[in-house]
Amino acid sequence: MSLLRLILREIGRRKLNFGLGLFSIVVAVGSLVGAVAMLRTHDLRTREILAQKEADLKKAKAELEDDYRKITVRMGFNVLILPKDQNLGEFYSESYASKLMPEDYVFTLAKSPIITIQHLLPSLTQKVKWPEKGRTIQLIGIRDEVPVSHADPKKPLQQPVKPGEVVLGAELGESAGLKAGDKVTLMGRELTVARIEKPRGDIDDISAWVDLKLAQELLGKPGQINGILALECNCAMADLPKVRAEITRILPDTQVIEKSGIALARAESRFRAAEEARKDLEREQRNRETLREQRERLAAMLVPLVLAAAALWIGFLALANARERRTEIAVLRAIGMRSSQILWVFFGRALAMGMTGGVLGCAIAWIVGVAAARDLFLGQGGNESVFDIGVAGIALAGAVAVSALGGWIPAWIASQQDPAEILREE
Amino acid sequence: MILQLDGVSKSYAKAGARLPVLGNVSLRLDAGDFTAVEGASGSGKSTLLLIAGGLLAPDQGRVLIGGQGLYDLAPDRRARFRAEHVGFVFQQFHLIPYLTVQENVMAPAMAFPGEGLTRRAAELIERFNLTGRAHHTPSELSIGERQRAALARALLLRPGLLLADEPTGNLDTGNAETVFQAFREFADGGGAVLLVTHDARATAHARSRLRLAGGQITPIV
Repeated sequence: MSLLRLILREIGRRKLNFGLGLFSIVVAVGSLVGAVAMLRTHDLRTREILAQKEADLKKAKAELEDDYRKITVRMGFNVLILPKDQNLGEFYSESYASKLMPEDYVFTLAKSPIITIQHLLPSLTQKVKWPEKGRTIQLIGIRDEVPVSHADPKKPLQQPVKPGEVVLGAELGESAGLKAGDKVTLMGRELTVARIEKPRGDIDDISAWVDLKLAQELLGKPGQINGILALECNCAMADLPKVRAEITRILPDTQVIEKSGIALARAESRFRAAEEARKDLEREQRNRETLREQRERLAAMLVPLVLAAAALWIGFLALANARERRTEIAVLRAIGMRSSQILWVFFGRALAMGMTGGVLGCAIAWIVGVAAARDLFLGQGGNESVFDIGVAGIALAGAVAVSALGGWIPAWIASQQDPAEILREE
Repeated sequence: MILQLDGVSKSYAKAGARLPVLGNVSLRLDAGDFTAVEGASGSGKSTLLLIAGGLLAPDQGRVLIGGQGLYDLAPDRRARFRAEHVGFVFQQFHLIPYLTVQENVMAPAMAFPGEGLTRRAAELIERFNLTGRAHHTPSELSIGERQRAALARALLLRPGLLLADEPTGNLDTGNAETVFQAFREFADGGGAVLLVTHDARATAHARSRLRLAGGQITPIV
C-alpha cells in the first residue's frame, strides 16, 4: 500500500469531484494553449494573406502596366524624328512632314549604340485623296518595328500591317460601311480590311494604315520615310535634350521633337500603381497588426482570469473533498500517518489533477489546433506550426502550478485537522 | 508495563468556561491485561482512549507507552510511534471506503512500512475469515466483516496496545464474540487491551473492569 495508490483509489471513488477539477484545468490549459495558437495562427494567416496580396498586387500591377502600355501606344510616342529641313509649323498644321528622309536612317539608328531608345517605328505619312471613296484621308505606311541591335528584344508596341491589308480609322470604316475581312480598293489597289480601329477622337479616325512598301509605291516615294517614331526607355525620366543630342549625333540630318507628357504620364502611372500597391500592402499589414494587438490584449486579460478561476475552483473542490474526508483523515492519523503524509495525500491529488488536466488540455488543444489549421490553411503545412510543443510544456507546468496553488491550502487545512476532535464527534 | 497514565487531567472549553472531563486519572496496563472501562455517555471514555493513544494531549499528567512519554515526542515522531505501538478499533469501523479489505488492512504500512507486511495482512485476513472478501470494498461487506477487517488493520503492525472504542456497539452477539475473542487472544499473546464500552457482554471477557464517572476512574469489583 502506498500513498500514490491511496490517491488513485480515492480519485476513482470520487470521480465527479475530480472530474470537475479536471475540467477546469482542461479549460485553463485549453485557453492558454488556444490563445497562443490563436496568435500563432494569426501570424501565419497574416503571412499567407500578405503573400497572397503581394502576388495579387504583382499580377494586378503587371496587368495595369500592360494596360498603360497599350493605352499610351495609342496616344503616341515619346519622340518623333523628322527630316532636319522640315518646317515644324507646317508639320503641326498638316499633322505630317512634307520633307522626306531615307528609310535607312532607321537602320542606322538601330545599329548605333544609342541607349535611350527602346522602340523604332519608321513611317511614311501623307494626306491623300481616296479616289474610290471621293474623300481625303491620311495614309500611313508602317512596318514592323526595327529592333535596336544592342538592346534586349522588346515586345512590339504596334502591330505591323501585313502586305495586302489595310487598317482603317473608326470614322473611315464606319462611313464606308466596312468591317474586318471586307475587300476595299485604295488608290487602285485591292486590299483586305484587317481591322477597324476604335474611335480615338483625333486624325487617326480618318487614317488608313498600310504596309510601308505599299505606301511608298502608292505615294511614289520608294525607300523614303518622313518620320521615325521612337519610344524612350520606360523607367527613365531621361531629359529630352540628352535624347535629342544622342539621336542628332547619329543622324545629323534629322530633328527631334518631343511627344512628351505621354511617356512621363506612363511612367508616373506605373509609379502610382506601384505606390498604391505598396500602400495597400502597408495598410493590410497595419490592419493585421492592430488585430493582433487586440487579440493579444484579449488573451492577456482572459488567460489569467481563466487560470485564476480554475485555481479558485480547484481550491473550492479540494476544500469540499477535504471536508468530506474528515473522518478518513482522522483515521489515517490514528493509524500513524504523519501530517506531512496527509498533506501529500491531498496535494498529490491536486497535482494528479493538474498533470492529467494538462495532458488532456494539451491533447485537446492539439486536436482542435490541427483541425483549425486545416480549416484555415486548407493544407497540412500549418499543423505543427500552430501547435507549439514548448507552449504545451509551459501549459502543462502551468496546469500543475494552478492545481498546486488551488490545492495547497485545502491540503494544508486537511493535514492540520485535529483527529481527536473528529473522532470524539464520531 | 505497556500503558501508564499518571495523573492525567483533561477539560474542554465550553461557552467560555472549562468543562472538566478527566481529573487526575491514573491507570496502568501490563502485558496480558484486557481492561474494560465502562461509563455513561459523555463521561470521558473516548477522551481517555484518545489521550492514551497519543491523539489528544492531556492538560496535565503523563502518558507512557513502553516507558516512552508519549507527549514528550514531537507530533510526527509521536505519529510514527503510534503506528508502531498502538492499534485502534472504532465502533464505526472507519474503514477507508474506496480501498479493498486487503488495502485497508495494509493501510498502516503507509505510516510504518516494513518487510513481510503483505504476508502478515494475508494471515490476518485469513484469521478473521475474510479471505473471500479480500478484494471487496467496505460497502460490500456485512457489519461483522467490516469490524473484523478493522481489527485486522489494528493488528497489522503487531502493536503492544490495542485501544477499542465501543467496538461491538453495532455488532450482533456472534460477531461481538469474535471481536472479544480476538482481544483475549491479543492479550494472551502479550499485548494489552483497553476497551471503552457500554456493552455488558464485554464484562464476560475483560479481565478487569473500571468505571469512569465524574472524571474519576474506579475499579469495578
